[in-house]
Amino acid sequence: MLNAIWLAMMFLAVIVGVIQGRIDNVVRAITDSAKLGFEVSLGLAGIMALWLGIMNIASESGLVKRFARALQPLMRRLFPDIPVDDPAMGAMLLNIAANMLGLANAATPFGLQAMKELQRLNTHVHTASNSMCTFLAINTSSVQLIPATAIAFLAANGNLHPSSVIFSSLVATSVSTIVGITAVTQLAKLPIYRLKEADNL
Amino acid sequence: MIYFAGQLSNWIFIAFVVGIPLYGALKRIDVFDAFIVGAKQGFETSVSIIPYLIGMMVAIGMLRASGFFELVYLLLAPALSAIGMPAELLPLALIRPFSGSAATGVMAELIHQHGGNSFIAKTAATLMGSTETTFYVVAVYFGAVNIRRTRHAIPAGLLADLAGIITTVFICRYLFA
Repeated sequence: MLNAIWLAMMFLAVIVGVIQGRIDNVVRAITDSAKLGFEVSLGLAGIMALWLGIMNIASESGLVKRFARALQPLMRRLFPDIPVDDPAMGAMLLNIAANMLGLANAATPFGLQAMKELQRLNTHVHTASNSMCTFLAINTSSVQLIPATAIAFLAANGNLHPSSVIFSSLVATSVSTIVGITAVTQLAKLPIYRLKEADNL
Repeated sequence: MIYFAGQLSNWIFIAFVVGIPLYGALKRIDVFDAFIVGAKQGFETSVSIIPYLIGMMVAIGMLRASGFFELVYLLLAPALSAIGMPAELLPLALIRPFSGSAATGVMAELIHQHGGNSFIAKTAATLMGSTETTFYVVAVYFGAVNIRRTRHAIPAGLLADLAGIITTVFICRYLFA
């Protein structure tokens, strides 16, 4: 899918460039943008290193685990089918806590572990359980507290208060998470998404 | 309210950057060593996304130079202005569900072209922070346990992304426009 979008973008640029008589600009943009891409990456490296360094202290000091424990009461309500002391719960908690702190690399292994544990509890081998869908909805609605990469780019491009987007992101991401969770509980009731007899194989 | 939002953002940031090492020191871990290990990963991550950034920035740069966005704006002006979304943000919103690195490239180009203080830059940054790579996450997570019927996971994820986009535009117009 990304292949198609990428090709379409460049193809469209050439077509529109010819129609608008701006093909010279398009050609210049190719080399300029490639150069810019590299320069931007270098600017990013500093703040990314700082941020992940700080976050590694959070992991090693046990702060991430502590944070995960604080989320437990909420998780019990979101996943009524999963026993509280099940390993699935622990893996999901660590995944969501790591995601909230922007530790994407640490979040993925916990997430995959959580999926394996959820699959163990799943009675339909090839069909997603309600808990899986809820877990995925939380994951795909982005629960990040600090958009570190975005802040890094703003800072690198002359924004004096790059952290100003923390508040706006927090509002937007809260709304998207609430909508994601609401959607997942409501959509589960629709006939096309309901569990069927054929799933019990 | 806008002043308060700015101050709150500042203090959340400080709480993370100073508070976390402080907590680590209280727990008697070697904070600087732990920092270095993580920072190395951060550096490696930013190096590994260079190809994605360049690929996407070239494509977006070409589109911009061709006058594509003016054209889209003319065509979609009524629909976009109904929710107050600048036409420049459309490619970011479209790519975001597929690839995080590619979306980072698109965001980087927007911020560079419009300047770090611009409304578009801050809105793009907020959009990145409030939406996720839905298709990628669903493919990797369900793929890992061999689930074929994903039921309502994708529609719910996309609805969450859509809500994130609309809320982003609203809150950013209020705070930054």
